[in-house]
Amino acid sequence: MNKVLVIAEHDGSNLNGSTARAVSCAKDIKAESIDIVVLAADGSSVAEQASAIAGVNKVILVQNPTNEHPVAAFLAPQIEAIASDYTHVLAPSTTFGKDLAPRIAAHLGVPQISDIMRVESATIFDRPVYAGNAIITVEAPAGIIVGTVRTASYPVAENGGSASVEKREVSVELPSHTRFVSVSSGGGEERPDLQAAATVVSGGRGVGSEENFKVIYSLADKLGAAVGASRAAVDAGFIPNDHQVGQTGKIIAPDLYMAFGISGAIQHLAGIKDAGTIVAVNKDADAPIFEVADFGLVGDLFQVIEDLEKALG
Amino acid sequence: MKIIVGVKRVVDYNVRIQVKPDGSGVVTDGVKMSLNPFDEIAIEEALRIKESGKAEEVIAVTIGAKACQEQLRTALAMGADRAIHVETDEQIQPLTAARIFKALCDKEAPKLVIFGKQAIDDDNSQTAQMLAALSHWPQATFASEVIIEGDTANVTREVDAGLETLSVDLPAVVSADLRLNEPRYVKLPDIMKAKRKPIDTVSISDLGVEMAAGIKVLKTTAPAKRQAGIMVETVEQLVVALKEKGLIK
Repeated sequence: MNKVLVIAEHDGSNLNGSTARAVSCAKDIKAESIDIVVLAADGSSVAEQASAIAGVNKVILVQNPTNEHPVAAFLAPQIEAIASDYTHVLAPSTTFGKDLAPRIAAHLGVPQISDIMRVESATIFDRPVYAGNAIITVEAPAGIIVGTVRTASYPVAENGGSASVEKREVSVELPSHTRFVSVSSGGGEERPDLQAAATVVSGGRGVGSEENFKVIYSLADKLGAAVGASRAAVDAGFIPNDHQVGQTGKIIAPDLYMAFGISGAIQHLAGIKDAGTIVAVNKDADAPIFEVADFGLVGDLFQVIEDLEKALG
Repeated sequence: MKIIVGVKRVVDYNVRIQVKPDGSGVVTDGVKMSLNPFDEIAIEEALRIKESGKAEEVIAVTIGAKACQEQLRTALAMGADRAIHVETDEQIQPLTAARIFKALCDKEAPKLVIFGKQAIDDDNSQTAQMLAALSHWPQATFASEVIIEGDTANVTREVDAGLETLSVDLPAVVSADLRLNEPRYVKLPDIMKAKRKPIDTVSISDLGVEMAAGIKVLKTTAPAKRQAGIMVETVEQLVVALKEKGLIK
């Protein structure tokens, strides 16, 4: 029988929504049980949130001061120590999971399946390659299956569960070769999280400057939306990297995605394929973004945003 | 110190990928092949560390068929000192690739190994982390800044939350993200000079590496396409349409 272990992503106090999406993928494996492991310095509130996800059997809480920040070199040996009880170990395909999962797999001597987007059976999965321009169906060999879950392909698993929380001591030697120094965000925490928001307002090179990005923020605030950006806008220094949407940034699936001054490079489109409705505003009528947009508007983005704000009251 | 850079030959990023009708893969015949763009950034970083006097030698390594030597020549033209070609006609997956790099690291004893953060064909993003795991070395993935100070590296990483900095002891494995640097252009004299630089060819069995059990690709399909929608003429039309769908109030 299959038993799935999902690795929780969190910031010490809040469970990241990507975890509940990974649980949705785990459910498709039709396993006998789904457990979540929370590795944290304390993590009690994270474990509590994890235990509320419907369909979760047990939350394993591994408390260790070293787990205050998610450093793969520390987390991997602790997960390996408990992985032998499971047939599958899943993590979200975020920078957290992508950093960690291969390290676990290599130690277990098994391959790792990246970006699972569909479960055909407990050993057969679909995943995108070539920036989503092809999908491969892959079969894992015998042994523990370690995978990352493409979060945009799965809904957030609903709450309503009441899994037990079990504290676990994991006594493995942790390396001393890595030290966490700092983490800094680009600011804007008061806005919705880009990966969880129902609406995302995004700007590209066409916005023109960091100063001009204010209009994107302003419209986003009016709509209660998160703010995204194309690679070109981030490269140009208009906005910090944590806003980048696309194959090498964040892959998102909001209900509404509004792209202003974004031409629609393949790698950007790979990040918004699963959006419910895409609106594109660009002054170039031939911009590739219009090929995927549900509603396209050719025009000056600043004028359009001004008119939109008026219309929204 | 020595720096090893792992590079891969991939379908050029400008090529429109076409899935073969029989589902056996994507069309690669007659398609332009290039050095994986993230690996170019990895080479550039290694060269900059060398040029700052903190490394003596940059070794470019690839695994694959004979044709991969083209990409090693590009790495040499950029400025790598020598190259190692692990020649095989098999499709090598990340765990086996990591074992091969581990064997080469045992032999060459580099202080730093740099990879691109992912290859743009398989999009796996695994080999760097797996090599670090097998070697019990630190890893600093998705790097946007690497500062070498004595026997440590301070690496800034692009993570979902923003920018994270790790301090790692050398030897370490780093994977390069987009904003780490802008790779240099290769000039014609450098291409000529690169022709005289050595490429060592070895086989996987020469290195004593056992192939790992791999993932089997059962079929390749084209993704579901989004249909193009409608063009609206005015903001009013757009607002009406979005309100009808309940997307804005």
